[in-house]
Amino acid sequence: MRRLIIDTAIIAERNVIRLRRAPELLIGFTVQPIMFVLLFRYVFGGAIRTPGYSYVDYLIPGIIVQNTAFGGFATALGLNDDVRKGLIDRFRSLPMSRAAVLAGRTLSDVATNALSMTILLVTGLIIGFTFHAAFLDGAAGIGLLLLFGYAFSWVLAFLGLLVSSPETVNSVGFIAVFPLTFISSAFVPVPSMPDGLRQFAEVNPFTIVVDAMRHLWIGAPSHHDVLGAVIWSLAIIAVFAPLAVWRYRRAAGG
Amino acid sequence: MSTQGSGPAIEVEGIVKRFGEVRALDGVDLVAAPGQVLGLLGPNGAGKTTLVRILATLLKADGGSARVLGLDVARDAAQLRRRIGLAGQYAAVDENLTGLENLTMVGRLYGAPRAQARARGLALLERFDLLEAGDRGTKAYSGGMRRRLDLAAALVASPPVLFLDEPTTGLDPRSRLSVWGMIEGLVADGTTVLLTTQYLDEADRLADTIAVIDHGRLIARGTPDELKDRLGGERLEVHLDDGADTEAAVRVLTPMSDEPPSSENGVLEVSIRERSGAMVEALRRLSDAGIEVDDLSLRRPTLDDVFLALTGHAAEADGQGAEIP
Repeated sequence: MRRLIIDTAIIAERNVIRLRRAPELLIGFTVQPIMFVLLFRYVFGGAIRTPGYSYVDYLIPGIIVQNTAFGGFATALGLNDDVRKGLIDRFRSLPMSRAAVLAGRTLSDVATNALSMTILLVTGLIIGFTFHAAFLDGAAGIGLLLLFGYAFSWVLAFLGLLVSSPETVNSVGFIAVFPLTFISSAFVPVPSMPDGLRQFAEVNPFTIVVDAMRHLWIGAPSHHDVLGAVIWSLAIIAVFAPLAVWRYRRAAGG
Repeated sequence: MSTQGSGPAIEVEGIVKRFGEVRALDGVDLVAAPGQVLGLLGPNGAGKTTLVRILATLLKADGGSARVLGLDVARDAAQLRRRIGLAGQYAAVDENLTGLENLTMVGRLYGAPRAQARARGLALLERFDLLEAGDRGTKAYSGGMRRRLDLAAALVASPPVLFLDEPTTGLDPRSRLSVWGMIEGLVADGTTVLLTTQYLDEADRLADTIAVIDHGRLIARGTPDELKDRLGGERLEVHLDDGADTEAAVRVLTPMSDEPPSSENGVLEVSIRERSGAMVEALRRLSDAGIEVDDLSLRRPTLDDVFLALTGHAAEADGQGAEIP
């Protein structure tokens, strides 16, 4: 157990250094979220009705949840790269904890998620977002975001180990993540969607997490409570962590 | 095979590995004594990498058994990983870290405290002539530098047994020579090395014993000298002038070789015993007999010559993906 914690920290540190050295990745986690916030706030915002709330208050919790889904791409691309370049072979030939490569990878996503979350939130505050919540609720929201982002990293870890090239990671990842995040309550109220999409959006975990965030940050009444969002996060980890470990063993030829 | 008290460093018995229908390894036996360099020679797809991956605990065999330093590669894998080093075909260094950060990370993953891992990393950088580049990202390293760093990473824990999978494939001649020199330095320190290669000259220079592998089977084993005896040493290629008397040329060159020279379309190939002076002697013999020569060259036997001599067919890539990455 001690080994697992130490090795996980070593691998996570390596990934954070990597992020610092690969500016193109960092741009994805900083500039891109700002761009999305501005586009939605000023291009779409005027046309979207969100009764009871200004669009910027409605948008920020939604877009910040969507953004956590993209944090996992660092894991997907990084693992994919490690397998192709033979680094996984090196790690597996070392007397280190087997689980640490994946655990360290997903853990470093928490750091990148925290970074882009901060940037998003500051941008939001500048363009008019206001908390309508107690301090503790606000903090709980941040905790929930990090937990959900961590859970989603395992989905992308699985993806990164499943496909053979970074290009495929990107295309498959975006094809999966875009509909999943847009057909939710993140940007528009679900009742405005046509049949079919609406039912999907209602059960979409992204809707559940976004609703929980709005409840925590702007005091919106929620059909789904925060507990539901936590349970979804834990369920995603419970399913995708073993899948990712299974693929990792296979990718590494063990 | 020496009978040192500790027994063989590497011992492989009847190893079998299948990938679907392909038998990547089909009952291979190997032994390497401590301090010895065992060269595994074969073309792409022969099963070399698969064997290294099994010995380095990365892959499980489907049959047979293998022990390294007396430890079973399957049952005692965790213990064994402390005592082996692996440098692969694809230089496995993290491109986003510096040379020193790479080595420090590996040292810490072996369980060393950060400061100690860093000190070891610095010592290895110096030894592998990378000290100056140690603070630079490895993305900017040349192929030879990366390979040296990969080798250094394999040595972080001073392992008594080292697996080198095609350590010079893709390197320019100068980098090759420097990697060879470094491997020789390790062997001088008593490290046991299993080295895979596609190059006969590499196996010849580095290995004490060469095992030739083809389609997952061992087809020959011996010292480099024994293998070269079966090959007949270096080749002298003589291109005769148009219209020159080929038979006369064969006759005058025969005394230079143990076997009769072959001739085809005016090109003679002579397996010579002694390299030095061979060209001058051949030229003198031919000109004394009044035979005009267009071109004359010496060439070392290649992997293809080995395979031609051992199997009757040239070395060929398997083409079925048996050599997994």
